[in-house]
Amino acid sequence: MLPPPGSCSADVPDETGRYGKFGGRYVPETLVYALDQLAAEYEAACGDATFRGELDGLLQNYVGRPSPLFFARRLTAHCGGAEIWLKREDLNHTGAHKINNTLGQALLTKRMGKKRVIAETGAGQHGVATATACAHFGLQCVVYMGEEDIRRQAPNVFSMKLLGAEVRGVTSGSRTLRDAINEAMRDWMSSVETTHYILGSVVGPHPFPKIVRDFQAVIGRETIQQSHAQFQGLPNTVVACVGGGSNAAGMFYPLVGHHEVELIGVEAGGRSSSPGDHASPLTYGSPGILHGSFSYVMQDEDGQTSPVHSMSAGLDYPGVGPEHSYWKSTGRVNYTCCSDEEALAAFDVLASCEGILPALESSHAVAHAMAWARERSSDQRIVVCLSGRGDKDASEIARLKRG
Amino acid sequence: MPFVTAGDPDLEFTSAVIEELVARGASMCEVGIPYSDPIADGQVIQESYTRALSRGIKVSDILQTLGQLAPRINGPLVTMVSHAIIYRHGMERYADALQDKGIAGMIVPDLPVDESDGLAAVCKTRDLSLIQLVTPTTSRDRALKIADTSSGFLYYVSVAGITGERSVVPQELQERVGWLREQTSLPVCIGFGISQPEHVRVLCQVADGLIVGSAIVRRMADAATDSRDQALRQVGDYLSSLLAVMDAR
Ligand SMILES: Cc1ncc(COP(=O)(O)O)c(C=O)c1O
Repeated sequence: MLPPPGSCSADVPDETGRYGKFGGRYVPETLVYALDQLAAEYEAACGDATFRGELDGLLQNYVGRPSPLFFARRLTAHCGGAEIWLKREDLNHTGAHKINNTLGQALLTKRMGKKRVIAETGAGQHGVATATACAHFGLQCVVYMGEEDIRRQAPNVFSMKLLGAEVRGVTSGSRTLRDAINEAMRDWMSSVETTHYILGSVVGPHPFPKIVRDFQAVIGRETIQQSHAQFQGLPNTVVACVGGGSNAAGMFYPLVGHHEVELIGVEAGGRSSSPGDHASPLTYGSPGILHGSFSYVMQDEDGQTSPVHSMSAGLDYPGVGPEHSYWKSTGRVNYTCCSDEEALAAFDVLASCEGILPALESSHAVAHAMAWARERSSDQRIVVCLSGRGDKDASEIARLKRG
Repeated sequence: MPFVTAGDPDLEFTSAVIEELVARGASMCEVGIPYSDPIADGQVIQESYTRALSRGIKVSDILQTLGQLAPRINGPLVTMVSHAIIYRHGMERYADALQDKGIAGMIVPDLPVDESDGLAAVCKTRDLSLIQLVTPTTSRDRALKIADTSSGFLYYVSVAGITGERSVVPQELQERVGWLREQTSLPVCIGFGISQPEHVRVLCQVADGLIVGSAIVRRMADAATDSRDQALRQVGDYLSSLLAVMDAR
């Protein structure tokens, strides 16, 4: 079953934005100009030591990186198997991994001489992280957010407004992340010349999946260093939740070449495996086109996007980044999903065992790690990407528990 | 050249509208295949797509209806369709279906020229037109490449933006379209935002054709509340009022 070694390359995408057959750029002609400009600017920035230096400085002194790699002793004992370690992205400024990407893209915005930023958000974490970066750099910021998400992630809506961003509610379609991306893209169609779109995950047209992955890869690089420092090796397994796939891509990408490390992405299994009850395109979907990219997606036989469900706003998305589809097709990463119920149970266990409230998104990864650890011996180790903190979810969890 | 959404509120009405428009003098008709995530469309067309999809419309039903209509009318039909839909059906299968139904070609608003080689080849072997778009953000070199790989006509998008009625057309439009027409033997048609007789008066001299979308779709939407005959007449009268401006030139 194992693919031949080397069939999964870290040297992706190619210059057309392809990861194997996935990715590409399926957008209106109007946007091609902005995407070309972004790709060129990013390439120039990569070769510019000042740019890297400025970003590294911010990650260290503004975000608080490196984020700790923490041994969850009581959680490990609770599961009674392998050691569970947590990569604490929840301790970043603004409470999630999203800030790694928004600071990078805000710096690119400045380089391009653009003064206005737009973003989409689901859980609101990317919206808050974008509003934060814009406040820091003095950029105008508009965030598109589905009305359903505005309801269930209210604390983040307040934060964005306090940070000076304008939050525009989206009432079309399912009123969630997918519709917020549509609306942001439409804004960008009319504003490409003055506005940068800070996309929040490894989705969308080339070069977004690559840029976001690269800015998030700090997670995986630190994890490798910290693993060597704390347990003189690499973990057996690394697990991350997958919405669009940015925290997972950032964690996995530096580990892709370390074939001895098993990589597992956890999608939102929602209520059941029936169509419309989950948000797991890699598990149940098939390749198709959505939001400018060719990747696994939940679609009907006509190519219309299907309804999806997750209690977690950040995972409630019918598509996924093209590099994940590539990793799935090469067999380098295994993808699975876990239900709303399992994620809620994991939330409770982590809260009571470790005094950490994980985001509902991250709780999916915790749930899978707990199940994995139970089946393994104590000389094995699993690292969980704890992508964000759960403060934003407290009232929604209370509501879900009342049933 | 009118644009109509297929299936809003149903295919019977779509057929009737197209027949009416062609009878009033439309030279061809663009038929929008409803899509769940139309990034290039403004509110009017988005909402018409949502209405059509909420009634469970299927691509096969649309093509069936167009196939019955095509031989009855005096002007070609082209589909405006997302590549998400074409890909799911299979490029060859979709093209075969169009050819089989006597539909002249397609406009794929989310397939830029860099990704269109495959579909262009499929269209060429079937004598279908692949109408590609040039926009105000397209560089001149790129516009030439797009002209090279297009067939049927070139679609010049009047503004950097989404579909929807606008009160004024951009100043530079005439010059840009004029340049493009000198570079290609294909007809160049202008679309996006065109809705008023004044637009037609200014633009009919610089372009080979004008595409009117949201203004028609908005009037068609009245069929849901008013009587169908009335909506049909309104749409027809509206087109006639635009064509009268052209004839007056
Ligand atoms: C804490 C947290 N984790 C994960 C996600 C899912 O996004 P991605 O899969 O891009 O990491 C989100 C998205 O909002 C989030 O807020």
